Amino acid sequence: MTTMAQRTDKPLQDPGGSGSSTLTELRLALTRNLRTSGIYMALVALVVLFAVFTGGASLSPGNITNIVLQYSYILILAIGMVIVIIAGHIDLSVGSVVALTSAISAITVIKYGMPWWVGVLAALAAGLAIGAWHGFWVAYVGIPAFIVTLAGMLLFRGMTLWVLDNISLSPFPSEYGVIASGFVNGLLGGYGYDTFTLLVFAIGVIGFAVNEYRTRKTRRSYRQPVPPLWLFAAKIAAVGVVVMALAWQLATARGLPVVLIMLAILIMAYSLIMQHTVFGRQIYAIGGNLSAAALSGVKVKAVNFWIFVNMGLLSAVAGIVFSSRTNGAQPGAGNMFELDAIAAAFIGGAAVTGGVGRVVGAMAGGLIMAVMSNGMQLMGIDQSVQSVVKGLVLLLAVAFDIWNKRRAGAQ
Amino acid sequence: MDDYILEMRSIEKSFPGVKALSGVTLSARRGEVHAICGENGAGKSTLMKVLSGVYPHGSYGGQIIFEGTECQFSSIRDSERAGIVIIHQELALVPHLSIAENIFLGNERRGSGGLIDWHRAHAEASELLDRVGLREKSTTPVGQLGVGKQQLVEIAKALSKDVKLLILDEPTAALNDTDSAHLLGLVRQLQDQGITSIIISHKLNEIEASANTTTVIRDGQTVESMDMADDSASIDRIIRSMVGRDLESFYPDRVSNPGEVVLEVQDWTVRHPVQDRLVVEGASFTVRAGEVVGIAGLMGAGRTELAMSLFGKSYGRFISGRALMRGREIKPRSVAEAIDYGMAYVSEDRKQYGLNLLDTIARNISGAALPKLARFGWVNQHRENRLAEQAMEKMRIKAPSVQSVVGQLSGGNQQKVVLSKWLLTGPELLIIDEPTRGIDVGAKYEIYQLINEFVAAGKAVVVISSDLLEILGTCDRIYTLSQGRITGEVPVGQATEENLMTLMTKEKETVR
Repeated sequence: MTTMAQRTDKPLQDPGGSGSSTLTELRLALTRNLRTSGIYMALVALVVLFAVFTGGASLSPGNITNIVLQYSYILILAIGMVIVIIAGHIDLSVGSVVALTSAISAITVIKYGMPWWVGVLAALAAGLAIGAWHGFWVAYVGIPAFIVTLAGMLLFRGMTLWVLDNISLSPFPSEYGVIASGFVNGLLGGYGYDTFTLLVFAIGVIGFAVNEYRTRKTRRSYRQPVPPLWLFAAKIAAVGVVVMALAWQLATARGLPVVLIMLAILIMAYSLIMQHTVFGRQIYAIGGNLSAAALSGVKVKAVNFWIFVNMGLLSAVAGIVFSSRTNGAQPGAGNMFELDAIAAAFIGGAAVTGGVGRVVGAMAGGLIMAVMSNGMQLMGIDQSVQSVVKGLVLLLAVAFDIWNKRRAGAQ
Repeated sequence: MDDYILEMRSIEKSFPGVKALSGVTLSARRGEVHAICGENGAGKSTLMKVLSGVYPHGSYGGQIIFEGTECQFSSIRDSERAGIVIIHQELALVPHLSIAENIFLGNERRGSGGLIDWHRAHAEASELLDRVGLREKSTTPVGQLGVGKQQLVEIAKALSKDVKLLILDEPTAALNDTDSAHLLGLVRQLQDQGITSIIISHKLNEIEASANTTTVIRDGQTVESMDMADDSASIDRIIRSMVGRDLESFYPDRVSNPGEVVLEVQDWTVRHPVQDRLVVEGASFTVRAGEVVGIAGLMGAGRTELAMSLFGKSYGRFISGRALMRGREIKPRSVAEAIDYGMAYVSEDRKQYGLNLLDTIARNISGAALPKLARFGWVNQHRENRLAEQAMEKMRIKAPSVQSVVGQLSGGNQQKVVLSKWLLTGPELLIIDEPTRGIDVGAKYEIYQLINEFVAAGKAVVVISSDLLEILGTCDRIYTLSQGRITGEVPVGQATEENLMTLMTKEKETVR
């Protein structure tokens, strides 16, 4: 195992490494995976840090549930945003789109008394239409996405104010609230904790382990460097412990949040799309080298169009979750959401120049922002300081990424 | 005895792995028009970069003596201060700024208090425009001018710097005949005003008509310098000097066995995407199965433009013409459709147009064939990796694994990745633009072998190259291209570097 990893990884090989200690191995594995795993380690470090600072309050069942509910819509936006960024674009309008779609849903359900699902469908349709609007200007007219979505940001905010007549609409019927504030609880009976929640998470952990093992096997069959087995096992065990601890906290609180199920499905689906489908691959190709992609037969315009349609759709999903959580529509809803989503993507390792990034990375980036905001709120730190800290974290994360890339390029 | 304004003595310049210049000597008399000729890659541009200080003193060997004193330029600013101005083929003008602003860019006319004196600038600019014979207002944005007029603005800019030695790199490559004639006339006028010019050009007729002396450079060395007033000086002699070297035997043997026609192109005409000129004019040619056809042309002849316009209209604006594959007319409107018709085009610039340098070998190789590798849009990664592994083995791509990032490979290995990518699409016709640019000799041989294997399987190859040795070493039949027109078709048995070069430099009027 050890020889395997070293033989195939020449650039990082320790010159006298035939009998290297486990410590050197660990260091090697960490350096090698710093770019991809650094973000997860940073997340864990932050969780620990705030647990210490808040005397464990940040890890309480109630608070963990709260983080999930409170930041779910940012994470949903970040999925779409990281795809947009991988293709080399940006979307500044998502906050306004969240506002407009939640307003449309609220008007349909609250004002016109339609069933809750009609509101959901109306919002989704509006999101698709807005995405197609952006996609048209970016892909077929050739206006930079920055300009198109900046215009969209103003446009759709204005339309939100217009359709809402500048006042808030509430409340939704209780069924609608289930989307963001509902829990699956007691499905398999409760014993002070929810068995179903634990079961779902356990299946998730096992699935993760199996998938990791298969990836490891494939990598080895293609003579790719893999970390030593003990490190691999330790990683799986660590992830298992952390996730099951999280599950326990949720299970002893209110159960499995509906929105978390939705988020998990979205993350898995989009990870698969980005890694395993022609469409996903073409997005990476466009972001990595536009001219080469075009000369390889990628229909660049169509791909760019659908990227924005997808962003519109996910903005609508975020809009529905947000309106469900706030139990209504407000003219100022979703303000600055675009910046949180963009920050999540970049902290999660997406490259400013396009071509690089991962959905899971963006989720970790989003959670870093979430844990920091939440932790600082619990500590009662002033809003002004929170903003300063978040700004610095974003800056340092991207600086680290650039430094890391330059170092890799120098090798 | 002779009054030389510039003497460059045994100039040497090396890049990692390549010796670009190995002892170039160049002597230009005061007040003459001095032409420099040589094939692409002979070292002309490198020499001019040494002279103008782009490569600072110390990074090259040899001596530069300008106006009787040895110069040690460390930047373009230094050489410009001494009176040497170079005008590159790609003009260095800012399209949105006015003529006057462009002329004095970086050399602004200051008035009182350090502010720019625009009255003086425009007055001086108008004088300069008169000198170069450009009847435009100095306030006109440069972007509104044609390429010919822009060239004149560049010269006016040079004059504003009190130029003593003007270097023009391929000044007429992008110009039509009238503009070319005007420009060369201007160069002779400047000569009367005591300004020495060095012209780098592929257009030998122009050189014969306007140069006093011609220096030929080949493989980084000066071959000869001839006085054009001499009776022995002729276009033929220049061509002989440009190409005269032994055909090295690093081209693998191949038995040629042409079959049915794979591609037939009739009267193909394409316009430049923005400028109002034709880059390909009435080109007709055929390519047979089991045959390697060469398209030889100098830079700017329209080689790449011809290939890319055929490849799913990825260049320029299509005007007229028909393309037939295996006897059936094809009208690919996009690259994807061209791929479906069995065409593949390997670009001359692999980094810009061929590869995603951020991604892995496997994903680059599968890039163009991805729709074929997938079922219902779902990529079978196992199959993808296996195919990439096979390609790596067959092509002898040297890399740790198919998951290695392409940006870290050498030029030769990158080129093999691009070739693998196109072979995976299962093409009938492979168009390779500059197949071996910037790669080492060993990898070159392997790429020629791959070409041979491909045609041996009954497929067809078009090789586009400005390297005549490569064309002669790999092709069965050669078409020459000059100024967007096909000027000749020569079977390889009858082709020599001399007659190809003659056809490649043949100008429009003589074709008609």
